[in-house]
Amino acid sequence: MDLILVNLIDGLVTGLLLFMLSAGLTLIFSMMGVLNFAHASFYMLGAYFAYQISTYLGFWMGLLIAPPLVGIVGAAVERYGLRRVHQYGHVPELIFTFGLALLIEELVKFIWGNDQIPYQIPEILEGAAFSISSYDIPAYKVFMIFLSLGIFAGLLFVMTRTRVGMIIQAALSYPRTVEALGHNVPLVFMGVFGVGTALAGVAGVIAGPVLSTFPGMAFVLGSIVFVTIVIGGLGSLGGALVAALIIGWLTTFAKAYNIRMEDILTSLGFTKPEPVWDSAWADLWTLTSPQIADILPYLLMILILVFRPYGLFGKRDV
Amino acid sequence: MQSLDKTQTRLEGGVSMKTAMPWIVSAVMLVLMPFIFQSNSAITIMNQMAITIVFALSYNMLLGQGGMLSFGHAVYMGVGGFVCVHVMNWDIFGSIPLPLLPLLGGIFGMILASLVGYFSTRKAGTVFAMISLGVGELIAACSVIIVVFFGGEEGVSGDRTYGMPFFGVEFLSQIEVYYLTAGWLLISALLMYLFSRTPIGRMANAVRDNPERAEFLGYSSRWVRYNSFVAAGFFAGIAGGLFAINYEILTEENLNLTTSGSILLVTFLGGVGVFFGPVVGAIVFTLLQTVLSLETEIWSLYVGALFVATVMFFPSGLAGVMQMHIVPIKLGKWRLLVMPYIVTLVPAIVCILGLSGLIEVLFHARHAAIGETEMTLFWVTFQHTEIWPWVVFALMAALGFWLARKNAPQLMEAWHKANTPDGADT
Repeated sequence: MDLILVNLIDGLVTGLLLFMLSAGLTLIFSMMGVLNFAHASFYMLGAYFAYQISTYLGFWMGLLIAPPLVGIVGAAVERYGLRRVHQYGHVPELIFTFGLALLIEELVKFIWGNDQIPYQIPEILEGAAFSISSYDIPAYKVFMIFLSLGIFAGLLFVMTRTRVGMIIQAALSYPRTVEALGHNVPLVFMGVFGVGTALAGVAGVIAGPVLSTFPGMAFVLGSIVFVTIVIGGLGSLGGALVAALIIGWLTTFAKAYNIRMEDILTSLGFTKPEPVWDSAWADLWTLTSPQIADILPYLLMILILVFRPYGLFGKRDV
Repeated sequence: MQSLDKTQTRLEGGVSMKTAMPWIVSAVMLVLMPFIFQSNSAITIMNQMAITIVFALSYNMLLGQGGMLSFGHAVYMGVGGFVCVHVMNWDIFGSIPLPLLPLLGGIFGMILASLVGYFSTRKAGTVFAMISLGVGELIAACSVIIVVFFGGEEGVSGDRTYGMPFFGVEFLSQIEVYYLTAGWLLISALLMYLFSRTPIGRMANAVRDNPERAEFLGYSSRWVRYNSFVAAGFFAGIAGGLFAINYEILTEENLNLTTSGSILLVTFLGGVGVFFGPVVGAIVFTLLQTVLSLETEIWSLYVGALFVATVMFFPSGLAGVMQMHIVPIKLGKWRLLVMPYIVTLVPAIVCILGLSGLIEVLFHARHAAIGETEMTLFWVTFQHTEIWPWVVFALMAALGFWLARKNAPQLMEAWHKANTPDGADT
C-alpha cells in the first residue's frame, strides 16, 4: 500500500513535468496548427541557461531568469524563422522545427560540450520532506509538484479570467475576426509561442538537476511529449493533462513492479522451454515490465490512433 | 473523359531518345566511376552513396510525390536489412545468389509497410508524421527487447561470401560489391521513376496537392497513399539489403530516429520537388559528411545550419535551385547572371568562411585539452591565444557580409532581367 503511494507521487512528478512541456506544445499547435518538433529543445535550453546562471547567481536566480530568456529565444524563432516558413505550408514548418531541434542540439554541444554538466539541486531542497513508512520522499519532488501546480493555476487564471486570455482564446478560433477588431494577431502568436517555450524552459530548469543535464536530454523527452499530446488529443489542454498523468503513472508503475511474462505465461498453462535461451520464444519468456516501460507510451499512442484518431479529448480533425 | 485519355497517352508517350538519355548517361557513369576513382576509400564512399540514393529516392516517394512526411522511414530499411543478414547466417544461403538478396529485403520491407500503412495512411500531414514517429520509436526500442531478431545492443552480423557464387563472382572485394550496388541502384531508380509515371504515381501527386478533389474524381486518397507507402517500403527494404551486403552488420542504429531524420535531411537538401533531387542530396550529403568530418569535429553543426537555411530560404532544395536556371539558359540570357553571381557569391563565401573560422577558433579555445593552444585551420597553423586569427576571421566575415549585401540588389535585378523574355520588359 505504501509502495503504491510512493509510486503515485513519483508518477505525479513525471506526469506534471510532461504536462508542463505538452501544455505549451498543444497551445502552440491549436493556435498555429504547427507541431513544434523543437519544443523539447527549448526545455533543454532552459536547463542549460539555468545552469549557466546558477554558477554565478545561484539556483533561485536561474529559476527566475532562465525561463524568460528561453521565451525570448522562442519568440525570436517564431518571428524570424517560423513566420517565414509559414508561407510554404505545414509540412515545411514541421521540417523547419525538426531542423531547429538538430541545430539547437549541436549548438548546445558546441557551447557546453558533449558531457553531462554538474547542474545540482539547491542545498535547501536536499534531503527528505517526509517519509511514508520506510520510503523517503525527497523535498525536491514536493517542490516540483507545488511549482508546477502553481504555474498551472496561474496559466488557468490568465487564460480564463483576464483580458489577454480572452484575446488569446478568441484568436485561437477566429484569428481574422480578432484582427479586424484591431488586435495585433501576429503579436499574439509570437507571445503565445514565447510563453509556450518559456513553460518548456521552466520544465527544463526544474527537471535538469534530477533527470541530468546533457545534450541528448531533448531527444530523450522530445518524442514522449509528442505522444502525450497526440494521446490527449491535439489542441486540448485538459487532454494533455490526462495523457501526461496516464503516461507518468503507467511508466512509473511498470518500472516499479517487476511483472514477468514468465509468470503470466505459466499461469495461462504454458510450459517453459528448457533451456530458455535456445528457444525461439526466449525473448517472450524473459520479457519483464521494466523492460517495456519506455515503449508503453508509443504502444498506447498507436492504439489510440487506430481506434480513436482524435485522441482522448480532441475535438477537431488534424 | 476524352481529355483524360489524351493526357495519359501523352504521358505514356513511349521511350524517346530524350527521356532515355539521362538513364544511359548515368549507367555509363556508374560503370566508369571505379576507373576514375580507384582508391579503396573512394569505392567505399561510392557504395555508401549508392545505398543512400536508393534510400533517399524511396523516401521521396513519400515526401515529395505523396506529400507524407515520415519520421520513421529507417525502420523499413532496417527490417529489410536485418532479414538479409539473418538469411546470410542460414545454411540455405549457399544456394541463393547474393545479387538476389536485396529483393528479399525489399519484400520484407514491403510486408512491414503494408501492415503499418494500413492505419498510418488514413491521413497525410501531421497525423501521418506522428504515427510514423511513434512506430519508428516503437520498433527501434523493440530492438533491445526482441534479441532473437534484432540482436540486442551488438546487432546481427553475417558474411556475404557464403552465398552461391554468381557467375564465379564471390563478392570478396569492394569493387564487386560496388557493381552489385550500382546495378540495384539503376534498377530501383528506374522502377521508382516509372512508378511516378504510372496512373497511380500521378494520383499520388494529385492526392498530395488536393485530396478532396481526388476523392471527388472517385479515387480513395487513403488507398492511393497506401500504395505509395507500400512501394516506398519495398525500395527502402532494397536499400536495407544493399546495406547488409555492403557492411555485413546491422544494429539498432539502422532503425532509430537519427537515421530516419538524416534521410529527411538528405532528401530535403537535394530537393523534394524533382525526381533527381534526392540523388543530388545523397551525393552532396555523403561528400559533405566525409570531407567535413575529416576536417572538423563540429561538422554536424554546419550540416544542421545548412539544413535550417535550406528550409528557410530554398525550400525547393539544391535540385530546385538548379532548375531555376533552366529559364535563363533557354532564353539565352544566362551570361547576364555570371558577373552578379561572382560579385555576390564570392563575398558571401568569404563571409561564411570567416564565420566558420571564428566558430572553429572559439570551439578550440573552449574545448581543447588544457595547454593545447596550437591549431591548424585553412592550412595555417597558429595559437588560439593570439589575437590576430580572431581579428582576421572577424574582418573576413564582416567585409564579406557587407560586400554581399551591397551587391545583392544587383543580382536580383540581373535575375529579373534574365528571366524576362525580350520584348516583355519594354
